[in-house]
Amino acid sequence: MKTILRFVFALGSALAALPAAAALNVFACEPEWGALAQELGGDKVSVYSATTALQDPHRVEARPSLIARIRSADLLVCSGSELEIGWIPLLLTQSGNSKIQLGTPGYFEASQYVARLEIPKVIDRALGDIHPGGNPHVHTDPRNIARIAPVLMERMAQIDPANADSYRSRGKSFLERWQAAIARWEQQAAPLKGVPIVVYHKDFSYFVNWTGIREAGSLEPKPGIPPTPSHLAELVDQMKRAPAKVIVYSPYNSPQAAEFLSSRTRIPAVMIPFTVGGTDKAKDLFGLFDDTIARLLEAVK
Amino acid sequence: MYRKTTMALAVAAALGLPEIAGAQTQDEVRALREQVRQLDKRVQDAETTAQQAAIQASSRPASESAMNPAISVILNGIYSNLSRDPNGFGINGFTPTLGEVGPGVRGFSLGESELALAANIDHNFRGTLIASISPEDGIGVEEGYIQTLSLSYGFTIKAGRFFSGVGYQNQIHAHAWDFTDAPLANKVFLGNQLGEDGIQLKWVAPTETYIDVGLELGRGRQFPAGPAGGRNKNGVGSGNVFAHVGGDFGTGVAWQSGVSYLSTSPQDRTFDDPTGTTNSFTGQSRLWVLDGILKWAPNYNPTYTNFKLQGEYFRRKEDGDLTSGTAAQTGGFASVQSGLYLQGVYQFVPMWRVGYRYDRLDSGTTSFSTPLAAADFPILAAYNPTRHTVMVDWTPSEFSRVRLQFAQDKSRSDATDNQVFLQYIVSLGAHGAHKF
Repeated sequence: MKTILRFVFALGSALAALPAAAALNVFACEPEWGALAQELGGDKVSVYSATTALQDPHRVEARPSLIARIRSADLLVCSGSELEIGWIPLLLTQSGNSKIQLGTPGYFEASQYVARLEIPKVIDRALGDIHPGGNPHVHTDPRNIARIAPVLMERMAQIDPANADSYRSRGKSFLERWQAAIARWEQQAAPLKGVPIVVYHKDFSYFVNWTGIREAGSLEPKPGIPPTPSHLAELVDQMKRAPAKVIVYSPYNSPQAAEFLSSRTRIPAVMIPFTVGGTDKAKDLFGLFDDTIARLLEAVK
Repeated sequence: MYRKTTMALAVAAALGLPEIAGAQTQDEVRALREQVRQLDKRVQDAETTAQQAAIQASSRPASESAMNPAISVILNGIYSNLSRDPNGFGINGFTPTLGEVGPGVRGFSLGESELALAANIDHNFRGTLIASISPEDGIGVEEGYIQTLSLSYGFTIKAGRFFSGVGYQNQIHAHAWDFTDAPLANKVFLGNQLGEDGIQLKWVAPTETYIDVGLELGRGRQFPAGPAGGRNKNGVGSGNVFAHVGGDFGTGVAWQSGVSYLSTSPQDRTFDDPTGTTNSFTGQSRLWVLDGILKWAPNYNPTYTNFKLQGEYFRRKEDGDLTSGTAAQTGGFASVQSGLYLQGVYQFVPMWRVGYRYDRLDSGTTSFSTPLAAADFPILAAYNPTRHTVMVDWTPSEFSRVRLQFAQDKSRSDATDNQVFLQYIVSLGAHGAHKF
C-alpha cells in the first residue's frame, strides 16, 4: 500500500510540475463556439471542440477523452441554458480543474448574453424536453453572435492579459466583417420572409425569428421526442391543407422522417448545416450562414 | 387603434384635464388630438419596455427557492416470476455476503425508490445526497458526500459515503444498470454494491489520453470487510487503489479500461450456513478487479443506434482464521476465488435496446487447517455458478424505461432458477447526468 501511495504522489507531482502549454486552451462544447473562439484568438489559442455537427449537443456521453481535455482547459465556452446538462456537470466535477468551474472567469455560457426565445410559461416534462431558461440554440441568429463576440473577447483578454491587445484587435476586425456580412445576409434572405417551413427539432428558432421565415410545424411531436408515425401522419394531413415550402433538418438528425414527409407531400427536404462543419461549405461561421441561406433560397425557388 | 385612443382619452380624463369636457373650438380639439397622440405613444413605449422587462425577469430566478439543490426522484417497480423459492437463494461455493444479493420477492413489488439532492455548496465544494427508500427497511443513505471543486492540477477529493471506485459497475446506481440485477461477481465479491464511508483522492493526468489514478481509505463498513457496520477500531479498515486509461478510437468508439485493488481486514465477519449455524472469519481479504468498457455510436451520436460492451474480471485471495459455529472451533482458512461477467447492449432503433450478459464464477481453491474440515462448511463446497441473461428495454424519453428480462440462473448447485422480470424505472425532477 505504502509503495503504491508513494508512486501515486511522485507521479502526480512530477506531472503537475510540467509547464502549461503556451496557448490559451479553449474547450468549446459546440463547434460554433469553437469557431468563434478561433476567430477571436487566432494563433494565441488552442481550441478543442467537444462535439461535431453530427452530434446532438444535448445527448453526449461524458467520455474519458472529454474529461482528459477539460482537465487542461483554461476557458470553457458552451451554449448553456441547460443544453449540456446531461454531460457538462459530470465533466466539471471530474476535471479536477478549478479554472473552469461555474462562477469563475473560465466558465462562459454564451446564451446568457442574449435575449432567449421560447422561455416556457409552463414547465412540465409532459411538454417534452424543454429548457426552463429558454431555447439554447442562440447561434442560429448572427446578430446574437455579434452580441456574444465582444463579451467573449473581453473574457479571453481577462484570462490571458498578455495577449489582450491581440484579442481586442482581432475581435474588432471580426465584428466589422460580421456586421457587413449580416447586412448582406439580410438582403439575401429577404425572399424567405413569411415562407412556411417545417423543422425537425426546435433548434432553428432564432434563425426563424431573424429572417421572418414562418415555422409551420416540427417533425418531433414534442421537443426531444423522436418523430412518431402518428405525428408524421398528422403532419402529412396538415401539409395537404396548408403546404410548407421546405422541410429542414440538421446533420445530426436522421433524414428518414424528413424524407418520409417529403415523399408524401412533394415538399423538398433540405439538410442545413446547423453549425460549423455541418456541410463542406460551412467551414467557419461566415460559411455557416452563407450556406444555410443559399440552401434555403435554392429550395424555395 | 380606436380602442386605444378611447382608452387614452379616458386616461387623460382620469389624469385630471377638466377642460376636455368644455372643449369647443377647433384649436382646442387639435391640441387635444396632439395630447392623445402623445399618450398613445407613451402607452406603446411602456408596452415595449414591459415586454423587455418580462424577458429579463422570466430568465431570472424569482425567489430564494432558486438556491434549492437539484432534486430528482427515481421510482421503480417490478414484477418477478421465479421458478425457485427466493428464500432459499444462495451462491454455492462462495462465502455469503452481508448484503441483499437474492433475486427479490415473487410477484409484484416496489423496488427501492431513490431521492437525490445535489448542488454546489460554495466555490470550493459540491454536495450530493442520495437516499434510498426501501419498502421494507425504510430510508437508508446510499451516497452522501462532498467533492472538491477548487483543487487544481487534476486532483479531486471526495469525502463521506460513496460507492467505491472498485471495478466499473460498482459506481453506477442501480437505476442506470443495463440489467435488472447486478452481475454474480459483484454479488459475491462486493455484496452487490460496495458503499464505503471514507475519503477518495483522485488525480487525472494532463494528457490527451485519459489516465486517472485514485486512492480510497474507508472504515470497512460492508462486505468484504466486516463485521456489518464496520470494525470498532480507529484508523483505516479498507483501502482501495485504482487506475484507468481511456480514449477514443476512430469516429465512434470510446473505451476505458481499469484495474483496482481492494484490501480489507475483516474482523469477526459472520455468515450463516444454510444449516442455521453462524460462522465467522478474521483475517485478510484482497480483491483484484480488471474492467473494460467500450461504447460505439456512429459519429458519437447515440440517439439512433449504439452499442456497449462491458466486462469485468475479479480475483480474491483470503486467508485468516475461521470459527465454525457447528464445531465451535477455530482453525486456519485460505481461499483463492475468481469470477467474471461480459455483457453487450445494442440499441438497434431509437428507444429500443436488447442485451445479453454472461456470468461465471469459479470457486477455486479453499483450504482448511485442523481442527476444521471442509465438511463443516457445506456452502463452501466447490461449485462454479453460471448465469445467462437476456433483456429488451424500451426508453420512450430520457426519463422513463420499461424492461423485460429473462435469466437462467445456476447460482445454486442443486437447481436452475428461471427468472422473469418486468420492470419500470423512471426519473422525476432534475435532469440526470450519467457517468461514462
